[in-house]
Amino acid sequence: MYYAYTITGLVLIISFIINKQKTLKAVKIAVVKFKKIFPTFITMLILVSIILFLFPDEAISNYLGNSSKFISVLLASFIGSITLMPGFVAFPLSGILLTKGVPYMVLSAFTTTLMMVGIITFPLEKEYFGVKVTVIRNTISFFIALAVAIITGIFFGEIF
Amino acid sequence: MKRNTKIKIVYVSSYILFLIVSFVFGFNPGKEIAFNFISFFIYMLKILPCAFVLIGLFEVWVKKEVIEKHLGEESGIKGYAWVILLAGTIAGGLLVAFPIAYSLYNKGAKLSIVFTYIGAAAICRVPMTLYETSFMGVKFTAIRLLVSLPLVIITSILLGNYLSKRNYKIAEGK
Repeated sequence: MYYAYTITGLVLIISFIINKQKTLKAVKIAVVKFKKIFPTFITMLILVSIILFLFPDEAISNYLGNSSKFISVLLASFIGSITLMPGFVAFPLSGILLTKGVPYMVLSAFTTTLMMVGIITFPLEKEYFGVKVTVIRNTISFFIALAVAIITGIFFGEIF
Repeated sequence: MKRNTKIKIVYVSSYILFLIVSFVFGFNPGKEIAFNFISFFIYMLKILPCAFVLIGLFEVWVKKEVIEKHLGEESGIKGYAWVILLAGTIAGGLLVAFPIAYSLYNKGAKLSIVFTYIGAAAICRVPMTLYETSFMGVKFTAIRLLVSLPLVIITSILLGNYLSKRNYKIAEGK
């Protein structure tokens, strides 16, 4: 996280030295854009807070650990699609599930949908790209994640 | 006031009311939801200011012709390589990818490149990928990248072509 601030800070300072006016304009643009999208972020956060309450880590472990592999893959991609978790939470969780015996393909479906499919980020994505494109992109991403999961299963010897 | 704004005010205030009532009466689910909200709010406040300042600088400094040349209609394979490299180095996932993708598009990047950027920002950020291998192993991550990245590029090209044929335009002024 800190490196992001260091880099942004440095770039900002260099920009300021080269051209004061342009830099002030850039900051202005940043503020205006942020203000415009902020209410949508709040909407999204409200969704996140409720969804995460309904699907806490323990529940996710339960869903992914019990039942047949293929049902687990479907459940995993479903849960991955509707929840939102930063990588620093999702991967340790997947690591734990792995040691509990959850197949790689199930975790692959979970992490890939988590990263690529965003039902929760829908309000945000639609603000920028419209409803139609958002639906298409997420649907495509869902199937890409399924393909990744199946191929992971093949390579880890979990399917055949 | 627009109808949408009114609806938003109603549900945001009922959400806040619910959280306050939960705290007053010690209703645990409500407290947990409040905790979730606050922790994600802090997480976002950490990444978003950086992202938007960089977007602002990008809009001011980078010339439209540069983006058009390297990521626009005439860009070819190199354009995809550039945009994947760009996505790989920027933190923050989809939340940050959407506004950046939007700025790229407004500067003249073509649609298939914009969608490739979003996909790549989701799956192949370098810091996250390294972190992933430490928990899941190199084989797992390698399969994921080698399968998903080509699929992201192919589907982005198909989607870009499909939308260009239908004269799709992204909303303005966001």
